[in-house]
Amino acid sequence: MTDTEEQLVVDFPLRKPGEVFPPPRYEEYRHREGLVLSYLPDGKPVWLVTRHAAVREILTSKKISSNPDRPGFPNIGETMGVPRQDQIPGWFVGLDPPEHDRFRKALIPEFTVRRIRDMRPQIQDVVTRVVDGLLADGNRSADLINDFALPIPSLVISALLGVPKADREFFESRTRTLVNIRQSTDAQRDLASRELLRYINRLLEIKAKWPGDDLPSRLLQGGVLAPQELTGVLLLLLIAGHETTANNIGLGIVTLLENPQWIGDDRVVEELLRLHSVADLVSLRVAVEDVEICGQVIKAGEGIVPLVAAANHDDGVFACPHMFNPERSAKQHVAFGYGVHQCLGQNLVRVEMELAYRTLFERIPGLSLAAGPDGLPFKYDGVLHGLHELPVRW
Amino acid sequence: MRITVTTGTCVGAGQCVLSAPDVFDQDDNGVVEVLDAEPGPAQAEQVRLAGQLCPSGSIAVTE
Ligand code: HEM
Repeated sequence: MTDTEEQLVVDFPLRKPGEVFPPPRYEEYRHREGLVLSYLPDGKPVWLVTRHAAVREILTSKKISSNPDRPGFPNIGETMGVPRQDQIPGWFVGLDPPEHDRFRKALIPEFTVRRIRDMRPQIQDVVTRVVDGLLADGNRSADLINDFALPIPSLVISALLGVPKADREFFESRTRTLVNIRQSTDAQRDLASRELLRYINRLLEIKAKWPGDDLPSRLLQGGVLAPQELTGVLLLLLIAGHETTANNIGLGIVTLLENPQWIGDDRVVEELLRLHSVADLVSLRVAVEDVEICGQVIKAGEGIVPLVAAANHDDGVFACPHMFNPERSAKQHVAFGYGVHQCLGQNLVRVEMELAYRTLFERIPGLSLAAGPDGLPFKYDGVLHGLHELPVRW
Repeated sequence: MRITVTTGTCVGAGQCVLSAPDVFDQDDNGVVEVLDAEPGPAQAEQVRLAGQLCPSGSIAVTE
């Protein structure tokens, strides 16, 4: 920071009703030297990071931790999204190397580019059945969040976890209750999360006795992770891969309806991930040692919030960042984070998004928003950017 | 152009395989595998991109 510029202190960037996303404030923060200081809802100071290079630096620094049990780790609020599950062993997104490595190494064979490519027919099958469901009642209208975007990732994760077909409805309804903070109460979400945990434990017992050709069976047989760790791993996969994917699918549909010339072109996927950056407040960190980023010394124990939506709209990396331009090279985006925690499910998401858009617009070509884009109910009350509902007709 | 990879730090994100499928693969453990350590100019741009995108800094490209 230069002497002439004073430290900028700002409100914590919770999304506000009526404000576009990412908020124009991010641009202002990015053009300041140094970092921006903010205060969390609990009053603790936290550094906001908005530049693309600085976000990547934070997410790869060995002096910075992902562990929520460390003092100073940013707590962005009780009401934000899913219940905190830090106590569950196997919640490895909150572990640092070297503990994190054991989990990550055990899981990556399940998410390779080739493995996901082999899953394409299964994913297509899920998408096809969900679209069949949209068309079945003859109403020619639907809410594409609840009837399309949420069921797809949930059913895909069910398939990945080897959940028997007969149980997928149960699984889907409980995960939906967990995610849908507007249509469910705290008590309902609490119950749903306990039911899911119980279900996952039972599933692991069944897979231990009667192994199948699925992720839990292979991990049990691999023996690297203990069964109680696998409970946390499966829950993490379920939660990490559900609302994130659904929000992206939903927001992407709106963007494609506004830019119909791009419908049918698979290049849209990477650009939609960049543009919408739904996981803006996901990668939270705390400094373990003093570390200098952008000329600012972050002291050990101070919280850090790398804002991936700000980084993905950094005009030094992405020209005219607010424009939807699938022809640009969007791959440098950090929508899946960066560093050792970079999203494990990213290759799965890419296929889900591609097949979801292709199938939806092929089968329902006359799709349009039931109301104007201005009235869409954006989420302001959770961690992730997205829509509560997406009413359409055809 | 020469590629060296550090398999020990690879986190299996698969970015290299998506960027340069003729040059990188993932082995049965999901870890990076180099199919062609000295790729020709036709591959140069994809390989550089793979190096930039690798989230764990496991790919080094020397020109
Ligand atoms: C568009 C959809 C998705 C987005 C935007 C997204 C975003 C992210 C981000 C930003 C991280 C990094 C968190 C951090 O740095 O602390 C992450 C990690 C993770 N994601 Fe995703 N994700 C998506 C879908 C999925 C899916 C479908 C799955 C699995 C089925 C998944 C599983 C995971 C797991 C297990 C981690 C933790 C990885 C680790 O700690 O090594 N995600 N995701």
